[in-house]
Amino acid sequence: MALTQSGPVNRFGIHPQKFALWAAMGSIVMMFASLTSAYVVRRGAGNWLEYKLPLLFFISTLVLLISSLTLHWSYSSYKKGLELRYKSFLVVTLLLGLAFAVLQYQGWLQLYSYGIELKGNPSGSFFYAISGIHLAHILGGLAALTVAGIHAFGLPFAVSEKRRHRFELVCHYWHFVDVLWVYLLTFMIIQQ
Amino acid sequence: MAEVLENKVNLPDVDQLIREQGYDDHFHEHHHGDKYQSGFISKYIFSMDHKIIARQFLITGMIWAVIGGLMSLIFRLQLGFPEENFAWLRPLIGRWVTVNDAGVGTITPEFYYAMVTMHGTIIVFFVLTAGLSGTFSNLLIPLQVGARDMASPFLNMLSYWFFFLSSIVMLLSLFLSTGPFSGGWTAYPPLSALPQASDGSGAGMTMWLVSLTLFVVSVLLGGINYITTVLNLRTKGMSMWKLPLPIWAFFTTAVLGLLSFPVLVSGFLLLFFDRSLGTSFYLSEIFVGGQALDFAGGSPILYQHLFWFLGHPEVYIIILPAMGIVSEVLSVNSRRPIFGYRFMVYSILAIGFLSFIVWAHHMFMSGVNPFISNFFVIFTLIIAVPSAVKVFNWLTTLYGGNIRLTTAALYGIGFVSMFISGGLTGIFLGNSAIDVQQHDTYFVVAHFHIVMGVAAMFGMFAGVYHWYPKMYGRFMNETLGKIHFWGTMIGAYAIFWPMHYIGMAGVPRRYYRFDTFEAFKHFGALNKFMTIAAIIVFACQILFIINFFYSIWKGRKVTSRNPYNANTLEWTTETIVPGHGNWEGNIPTVQRWAYDYNKDEREFIPQYVPVGPDEKDESH
Ligand code: HEM
Ligand SMILES: [Cu+2]
Repeated sequence: MALTQSGPVNRFGIHPQKFALWAAMGSIVMMFASLTSAYVVRRGAGNWLEYKLPLLFFISTLVLLISSLTLHWSYSSYKKGLELRYKSFLVVTLLLGLAFAVLQYQGWLQLYSYGIELKGNPSGSFFYAISGIHLAHILGGLAALTVAGIHAFGLPFAVSEKRRHRFELVCHYWHFVDVLWVYLLTFMIIQQ
Repeated sequence: MAEVLENKVNLPDVDQLIREQGYDDHFHEHHHGDKYQSGFISKYIFSMDHKIIARQFLITGMIWAVIGGLMSLIFRLQLGFPEENFAWLRPLIGRWVTVNDAGVGTITPEFYYAMVTMHGTIIVFFVLTAGLSGTFSNLLIPLQVGARDMASPFLNMLSYWFFFLSSIVMLLSLFLSTGPFSGGWTAYPPLSALPQASDGSGAGMTMWLVSLTLFVVSVLLGGINYITTVLNLRTKGMSMWKLPLPIWAFFTTAVLGLLSFPVLVSGFLLLFFDRSLGTSFYLSEIFVGGQALDFAGGSPILYQHLFWFLGHPEVYIIILPAMGIVSEVLSVNSRRPIFGYRFMVYSILAIGFLSFIVWAHHMFMSGVNPFISNFFVIFTLIIAVPSAVKVFNWLTTLYGGNIRLTTAALYGIGFVSMFISGGLTGIFLGNSAIDVQQHDTYFVVAHFHIVMGVAAMFGMFAGVYHWYPKMYGRFMNETLGKIHFWGTMIGAYAIFWPMHYIGMAGVPRRYYRFDTFEAFKHFGALNKFMTIAAIIVFACQILFIINFFYSIWKGRKVTSRNPYNANTLEWTTETIVPGHGNWEGNIPTVQRWAYDYNKDEREFIPQYVPVGPDEKDESH
């Protein structure tokens, strides 16, 4: 399908699809920027319950960071034509991504057991809402990784510019949601 | 009449120039037979061609404009004639008119509020956002930058269909037994956050939220595409400083949309959590029907911040495309270069930037800190500077020009008039001290209808009359067009001008009737006058619709490729209504800016004509 029309002159020197992805990331950044500023504004208004985040969220962050690293290795292996490393690191990334989602969920359960509920004082609601909306973006990333996996295992291995480009888009998005989470967590810690 | 000037100047032959200097991208070799757009469905319904998508946006927008306009007639009838018997409306709106024993029909207050809310939502989002920027960004961006299509025709198609879905959901909500949402187009909590707060707050509000969320998806998909196309797919020679002004406007509009609509989504998500998960983002201790609900510690003002962070850029998302269109139409029809091209671009960018830091001027009376208000007062008033620069430049472009008073040009001039009138009242409202009196009165209603509603509509009309030949290969009828213009122009002032006075007298907006208030009784006659003017203006729009559809089949045929002797690239395509890929042969390359009218004794010099050796290149 003519998903992208590449123009006569590519004036920006960047692939239109990649540019479009970045524009979309700009949009997502605005969304979280507004959520975190809403957090600051609401917190400033007082009546705010303080609590400590469970350790699980730090473990999940570590897992997510490692997944970015393995994805990077997978990508560079693909470029070098190392099929086995490419495939295995991709699978590892996918598993780590899933693990992150599970850990986040466990983290919520733990937080809930501390008595911080979704309802009630907005300090809790904000955390669940922000981390939940972030998790939705992670799920999008997992879907993209799954598609990349289908390409990796379904198609005969070949290093082509088109496939590299497609894979690169997935990598960019995954690194993006990773950095986004690091920002969100740092924000929460500074605010607490 | 749109007298078509015969091409009296000595111009090099277009085809020859494009063949020699144009850019050959081997497009038609790759797309031979065009298997994607051969059937009826893929050609006209699920089309990926930007020109078809533009027409889809336009026609859908027009349908919504009629619906939204009819709604305003219903509530204007109520305001003008509160004692009248409306039993005759029953066949149209059914049980929303209650008929008493004496056979006298009354429009219910719930329905009145639902109509006010739907009117606002529909006109702001469906007509003036999708119908305006959706139509003209799609039609003009690829044609004026010299591209075969949008960067991603597929996403472009999705953008329209998300808008369509969003339309359907909103339309269906009109038929709910509890009625559509009725808490105002801004959907402030608690009316929007508590399903039990009013009739429309339950299912009506849920559908409103779903519809607008789908709408945001449409705007984002469209916007990403417009930005990518403008930045990446310009033809050879088309530097940013050679872009026609509409493109700058559409580009900035798309950037604003991309950065502000996600914030609305955040606001909506939190609203959704409050509605269905019982969180307290926007709700604090509240009683409904004597019952205490277990919300605590939320703030409805938080919603207002998130809403207006979108809401204010949104009003510029509406007006910037109109400004771009009007700049082009005025320059072409006054046969003069647009005055201060670079200043026009800088003002567009400045307005775009400033529109992000003025949102709280909608909240001066919401209990925000008055010291913080001062910050917003200052930036709000600063917006008047780039706005005034633009007005000055339009007037200077017209001044001394050899103006062809086509319908499009009249609408362009009408736009400037409306923008001045409405902009001036903005300066009153922007002062937080004066706004204490004016807020939530008809003064605000007058302000934004003139500066946004009517002005943006005028920009849209200017665009439709001007580019109609590009869409349908025929002209619209000029006589009908002019009647349409004068009726609308005079009628619109007749509706909205008096609102300033009743607003200054303190008449609040969004009230069901005024005749029962001692203080406002004496405005009865004025209210009748405005209602009658509204009916006349609506009747004039029927002329437009007849003209539009009649001309598709019966309009005067366009005989030349460049009927207005304009400079921009859309008038270089081999056929007046271009086929898939826009140019049959090479893509023209660009040699100069778009506004060389009456330069060095030459009436006009299109963008593809090389700059002569002793000629000044205006884009430097
Ligand atoms: C010189 C420029 C302008 C200034 C200083 C200005 C100022 C303001 C202020 C202070 C308000 C809030 C009034 C209140 O609620 O008490 C307001 C309302 C509004 N303005 Fe403007 N404005 C300007 C231009 C525009 C333009 C160009 C548009 C649209 C194209 C626009 C659209 C609106 C709308 C839609 C509202 C009302 C929204 C609502 O409450 O429903 N304004 N304006
Ligand atoms: Cu505003």
